[in-house]
Amino acid sequence: MRTVNSFIGSPIERREDLRFLRGRGQYVDDLDRGDMLHAAILRSSVAHGRIRTIDTAAARALPGVHRVITAQDLGAPVPRVPMRLQPLPDFLRFGQPVMAETKVRYVGDALALVLAESPALAEDALALIAVDIEPLPAVGDARSSRSDRSLLFEEAGTNRAMVFRAVRGDAAAAFNDAPYVRRETLRTARHMALPLEPRGLLAEWDAARGKLTVSGGAKVLFFNRRTLAKEMGLPESAVEYVENDVGGGFGARGEFYPEDYLIPFAARLTGRAVKWTEDRREHLMCLNHAREAECDVEIACTRDGTILGLRGHAYVDVGAYMRTNGAVGARNIAQFMSGPYRIPHIDIDVALQLSNKTPVGTYRGPGRFETDFFRERLLDMVAQDLGIDRVEFRRRNLVTRNEMPYRIATITPYEKQEEFDSGDYHATLDRCLAEIGWAEKAKLAGQLIDGRYHGLAVGCFIEGGAAGPKETARMVLERDGTYSVYVGSSAVGQGLETAFAQIAADALAVPIERINGVFHGTTSYVSDGYGAFHSRSVVMGGSAMLVAAENLRAAIRAAAAARLGCAPAQVEIVDGTTAVGPNGASVDLAGLAEGGMSAEGEFLNSKHTYTYGAHAAHVAVDPKLGHVELIDYVIVEDCGRAINPLTLHGQAIGAAVQGLGGAFMEHLRYDEEGQLLTGSLADYLIPTASDFPNIRAVVLEEHPSPINPLGAKGAGEGGIIAVGGVMANAVANALVSLGVEPRELPLTPNYIWELVQARHPPPAGGGLPSLTRRAIEE
Amino acid sequence: MIPKSGYRFSEKIMLQQSQMNMSIRFEVNGRAVEVEVEPRLTLADCLRHALHLTGTHIGCEHGVCGACTVLVDGAAVRSCLMLAVQAEGATVLTVEGLSEDADLTALQKSFRKHHALQCGFCTPGMITTAHALLSEEPDCDAARVREVLSGNLCRCTGYIPIVEAVLEARAAYRKDPA
Repeated sequence: MRTVNSFIGSPIERREDLRFLRGRGQYVDDLDRGDMLHAAILRSSVAHGRIRTIDTAAARALPGVHRVITAQDLGAPVPRVPMRLQPLPDFLRFGQPVMAETKVRYVGDALALVLAESPALAEDALALIAVDIEPLPAVGDARSSRSDRSLLFEEAGTNRAMVFRAVRGDAAAAFNDAPYVRRETLRTARHMALPLEPRGLLAEWDAARGKLTVSGGAKVLFFNRRTLAKEMGLPESAVEYVENDVGGGFGARGEFYPEDYLIPFAARLTGRAVKWTEDRREHLMCLNHAREAECDVEIACTRDGTILGLRGHAYVDVGAYMRTNGAVGARNIAQFMSGPYRIPHIDIDVALQLSNKTPVGTYRGPGRFETDFFRERLLDMVAQDLGIDRVEFRRRNLVTRNEMPYRIATITPYEKQEEFDSGDYHATLDRCLAEIGWAEKAKLAGQLIDGRYHGLAVGCFIEGGAAGPKETARMVLERDGTYSVYVGSSAVGQGLETAFAQIAADALAVPIERINGVFHGTTSYVSDGYGAFHSRSVVMGGSAMLVAAENLRAAIRAAAAARLGCAPAQVEIVDGTTAVGPNGASVDLAGLAEGGMSAEGEFLNSKHTYTYGAHAAHVAVDPKLGHVELIDYVIVEDCGRAINPLTLHGQAIGAAVQGLGGAFMEHLRYDEEGQLLTGSLADYLIPTASDFPNIRAVVLEEHPSPINPLGAKGAGEGGIIAVGGVMANAVANALVSLGVEPRELPLTPNYIWELVQARHPPPAGGGLPSLTRRAIEE
Repeated sequence: MIPKSGYRFSEKIMLQQSQMNMSIRFEVNGRAVEVEVEPRLTLADCLRHALHLTGTHIGCEHGVCGACTVLVDGAAVRSCLMLAVQAEGATVLTVEGLSEDADLTALQKSFRKHHALQCGFCTPGMITTAHALLSEEPDCDAARVREVLSGNLCRCTGYIPIVEAVLEARAAYRKDPA
């Protein structure tokens, strides 16, 4: 498939930038229609309660208000948000009605939708709706959820939506015989993706043609079209989802949310275009949350530091409902707690606990960020217990390249065996240590210099990619001899148009300027599509483009052969512009076929790719303020094949800073009554330009994936996954003389200060804290 | 052409509200405009929906994210925190006014070269803020760039390439390029 061209692998400046830099991008709120109605949504201010009445009379009477819709207008039963991933029957009990019917279950649950002639009038009308809700005890966290004293779904009889279990080998036997065991409880806080563009939708109903057009789609437009068509009783061909420019995704944007039904429903009901743009407060309380988990986990080792087993329980607070991808994080915590390490015996169960908080979904590195914190934190504690160098401890247990493909724990219910595809995990660890200057900096570990303690840490990660089942691409030879590419993958700001133009140019063996456009996401472009999640776009969409390019070149050869009077196999395509026959006669591809020539290609895949790598950090911690300065941070990842090193590097750095937000500042806080306390960007803090200036990334392509023709493994999440664990270990390393052992994220100044105040210096000469460690004494 | 129009109310609503609306005149990107707006309309909404200058983005509507930053009489201002009626008589410059049809400006080229944008949503605010900074302080150092840009949120890039891009663009703002 490789051609004479080599756009793949070149740091080409992005096509998208030309419009974005000049303010010419087109995001969904930029769209206006002449007769458009504006929607605003009344949201529950009560976390848990039974709806008594909703009186919309005063709102309807406000001049400029066109209509007010409540659950009663939606028919019975009110449509539910579906499960897109892990659609297990048990989850159906906990599906979210697109508008609250009988109960509200979180602050933000939709109660009514106002359609008015301006956004301001629609919001005015919200204030005139009188809602009477009988409050019920709010379930505030996984612990109170487990008690089942207050049930979100009485008919289900439990707040436990599901338990995933990851099993490999015989953990019980391994722990029985283990000479050393340590048990820890560790927690991660609730975060969210927080893309900078709030969500929005513009729905238009063409009554004459029976056609619905929804702009503002992202990520998984074909799935959303299927869902919407089914719920609205329309054939799929009557619904088009349009992808505009999307201001960030990170897993959360583009899933099927309640509004994805409500806004199109309102458009069909009124026969008018309806636009809705959420404000930031709505965004913070309605976009998927993520990351809130607690684990009670045990690790078993030999005295020389060979890991024998990992077992325990984890609890994920999944919020009020199970919606599209709300199970992924919990599932991943179970499967990837062992990370890139050889752990022969595993038994981890993860319970999904409902609470009266915003439902969860995936956020960049779902489950992996959490479980990397749990595991890497535990590994440093164990290394200290056993008196083994923490780097050596990791080396001893990393899966080696000779063990590839390496089978990991299997998930129940329902999943098939899973294995790492390829790689050299030791090589990325070693490179990371070299990049940060570990040997040199090791002397600083724990040193107090100018009032601050210095600390170092390194951690390893695994990033999964290439979710199936397939992706579709279509390539078109236009009449002017240029090429257009259509693909079922979606752009959420990651630079897909540029990377895909590079792949297309190489696949077609043409200069990149001849790729006149990469069209993505919108459901009319290709016959089927699966979108952008699980680091899949390059692997799946890119591979589908290779197939489409081959098919198009075959079609070109056939058409040229007919003109040249030879067999298709005798035709050579030169520069993507000319077809040459065996006797030297040629035909110009421009105008070869009236109206252009087109070929579709599909790439099917049932296996996953595994990008991998290591992160290392050097910090200075002020014990009086609890402040951590990040002096140096290095990411090394091997993603198999780098399409565009410039954008890939940007993904790694950007992901790391997002992860640093999660490690140090981000926390969606609620009070006991289920009120969200962080409802603005002044309360939910994310990193700014002055927080983390020193981050470096090295992206390698030493070990291409054997399971796709590009050899790509996917990228974009590796930069975030290891951050929490590495930062907590760096802080622990800095404050080792004070016996500080963080067991939670985020590492806020308050939390670190409290740990310093509660210092328990380790005993001299050994450093064995007071925990289970049978056999050290053997 | 920037059309002269009010917010897109239906005619009926326009009649009911016409007495509340105020007519304002100001200059946007070198053109004089006159628009009818409700007193409560923000400058950001006015630019985006009355004047169709959608390059100015709205990310939070409470003055934290900086995506809506425009220059008002030369100063970088959050247009979500300013009412349109307060722009009466002012000179407003948006990202569209800092752009050229033919090519990218030096600042924009530097952003592209350093991959200082991904999804593009914060970008107009970054460009306007950086332009204001470099116009006043073309010799600012990295710490100053970080300090000034810390009022603009970006969720994609991690800021490092943005700071690099702004530092490299300083030369284009110096009166006597070294």
